[in-house]
Amino acid sequence: MAEVEETLKRIQSQKGVQGIIIVNSEGIPVKSTLDNQSTVQYSALIHQLVMKARSTLRDIDPQNDLTFLRVRSKKNEIMIAPDKDYFLIVIQNPSA
Amino acid sequence: HSKSNELKEEITRVLNANNPHAPKNLVRYSFKEHFYKPVTAVDHLAVHFALDGNLLHKDSEEARRLSLFQLPTGMAAVKNPGILIWTTTPVEDGGDSEETGDEDKPRSASSKRRKREAKITNQFNFSERAGQTRNNPSRERSCQTEPPPRVTFSGSVNQWEIYDAYFQKMQNQDIIEKRKKSTVEKKDDFDVKKKMMMELAKVGEVAMIIERMVIQNTMDDIAQDFKYFEDASDEFRDQEGTLLPLWTFQYEKARHLTVTALCWNNKYQDLFAVGLGSYDFGKQEGGMLLFFSLKNSAFPEHIYSTASGILCLDIHPQLSYLVAVGFYDGCVAVYNLKEKQEDPVYKSTASTGKHTDPVWQVRWQNDDMDSNHMFCSVSSDGRVVTWTLVKNELMSSDIIRLSVKGAPSDGSDGSQLPVISHGTSLDFHKQIDYLFLVGTEEGKIYKCSKTYSSQFLETYDAHRMPVDTVKWNHFHPKIFISCSSDWNVKIWDHTVNTPMFTFDLNSPVGDVCWAPYSSTIFAAVTIDRKVHVFDLSINKFEGICHQIVVAKKTRLTHIEFNPIYPIIIVGDDRGTVTSLKLSPNLRKKPKSKKGQELPKGSEAEVLKMDRLLSLLREPELD
Repeated sequence: MAEVEETLKRIQSQKGVQGIIIVNSEGIPVKSTLDNQSTVQYSALIHQLVMKARSTLRDIDPQNDLTFLRVRSKKNEIMIAPDKDYFLIVIQNPSA
Repeated sequence: HSKSNELKEEITRVLNANNPHAPKNLVRYSFKEHFYKPVTAVDHLAVHFALDGNLLHKDSEEARRLSLFQLPTGMAAVKNPGILIWTTTPVEDGGDSEETGDEDKPRSASSKRRKREAKITNQFNFSERAGQTRNNPSRERSCQTEPPPRVTFSGSVNQWEIYDAYFQKMQNQDIIEKRKKSTVEKKDDFDVKKKMMMELAKVGEVAMIIERMVIQNTMDDIAQDFKYFEDASDEFRDQEGTLLPLWTFQYEKARHLTVTALCWNNKYQDLFAVGLGSYDFGKQEGGMLLFFSLKNSAFPEHIYSTASGILCLDIHPQLSYLVAVGFYDGCVAVYNLKEKQEDPVYKSTASTGKHTDPVWQVRWQNDDMDSNHMFCSVSSDGRVVTWTLVKNELMSSDIIRLSVKGAPSDGSDGSQLPVISHGTSLDFHKQIDYLFLVGTEEGKIYKCSKTYSSQFLETYDAHRMPVDTVKWNHFHPKIFISCSSDWNVKIWDHTVNTPMFTFDLNSPVGDVCWAPYSSTIFAAVTIDRKVHVFDLSINKFEGICHQIVVAKKTRLTHIEFNPIYPIIIVGDDRGTVTSLKLSPNLRKKPKSKKGQELPKGSEAEVLKMDRLLSLLREPELD
């Protein structure tokens, strides 16, 4: 859908945004703006992280669900929006 | 006793040659006599042990024949003729070796024997020879069938997965039930397409939120200012305050347009609508309706482009997804944000009584008796019209026709041509439903009632130029404000037809509005790029803030207070909206004196204004 593409383009054009990755529910990258190696690395690792985070939440309350995950680090911030079918991962350096 | 008797008893046993197991009742069908006949001759022979012997009688024919080949005379008959081992002397007869021990050999062998009868094999010097035909080499041949497809399946089950599974099942059942109810048949491939779209749209929603996050990160300083910054220098400045610029909102495709209307959403207080068009009536280039959120200043939430320029808009106070819009071409339209379509859900047409001149103001009304939504509009054609949203149409009815001469004419009698008064602004009283004000191009303000369409309740000779804005105070039921391009802002008590306050801002005033948090604070924009903020309770003669907020060669057109946050938004003629934070001095609450209990909320605000008014009136009384 063109609207989504446009939104992604706008995100990419924002200051400090290093990359956008769309990962499907199996952890396989569907779309990425990063190079191959880091895409695979990010998607595999973050997929695990999200699954763990989600299962933690849902073990506490099955009716609850994970909607967003923001990982703030020294160098950048990883924003993860997990959906039923896809994860959207954006890596941004806020101080860039 | 009986035991000894039994022992003495004689038991007779007869042995006979009958087989006790032989059947006694065998019958056989006799074809001759055509019936079954019992067989009398049953075999009673039972063999318990049989062994074939190999002894031969010495005088028998066979024994004699055998004795010929056998060892020297006098030897007994061969004891075991069944087993023959062929032995030959290697020296004399090598060719014999080919022969192997076969069953039919004795004959051929016997003939040979006959020739060398005299010879007796050396018991010690003979060798046994045996040969074997070549064995066919064994070859292993195998083939394998293709293995059936296998799938490794593994999974874990925990509480939330079970919950999900049941939840989805419930939903599916609901969908099926709904489909049963609705008899409309849809083609499958259409569904698939729709599904795909839905899936992608899901990511779209998530992407939108991510976009907000990213922008929150990049504009972190502004977000922090918005939330926490309070200008500390206000304390030393006595009365004056400042405006801190926050985000600016701009859309690339709307740069050539002028902001002609601003309106905050009542429900989502970070969301506001921007109407874009042009005030240059020689240069109309279409318009645009944009919705911005404070959470995303980089891109509008909604975009609707329109063929004609927008001049005014209003968001429904309760149903925040309904937006009424007035156009330069005289049309009014209603957009529904819930509908994913480019076009308005309602639009007035010539047949439903659209205005013939630009529409300058639209205002939502309370729903009518049948709970249809309604709004009012005013236009330069001198009509004030209520529009009712009925099914998919807009129904219009004129409230009033404005004319220059005191009493508005019906317009129906053609004998005297009424000079129409061109309405430019409109506002309904906050409490009294039927009371409203209309500002006109001639500078007059009329107080009208929806119930009396034949006359004005009051006429205020307000300005010498078109009245750009007229607005009732949020708290005090009697007070309203007006502004005009004649540089003046005036505050009125609607029961008095002279202004209570007049402020000259030294430049045409584009818009004015009351603060939602105080009855005595209002803000105005002038086209010389300035925002003016007044607090009458602090200074009755001068504003407490005059600040240039935009770059050179830009004209400010509109201003609006946020309903809850201490910020204002101002629109300019370059399609940009700037948000500004009011410093603490611009939103002062009345000081509470010790021991004196101050009434709270709106009552306090009304009182504050009343006190001001009484101060003004006192000299008049004298």
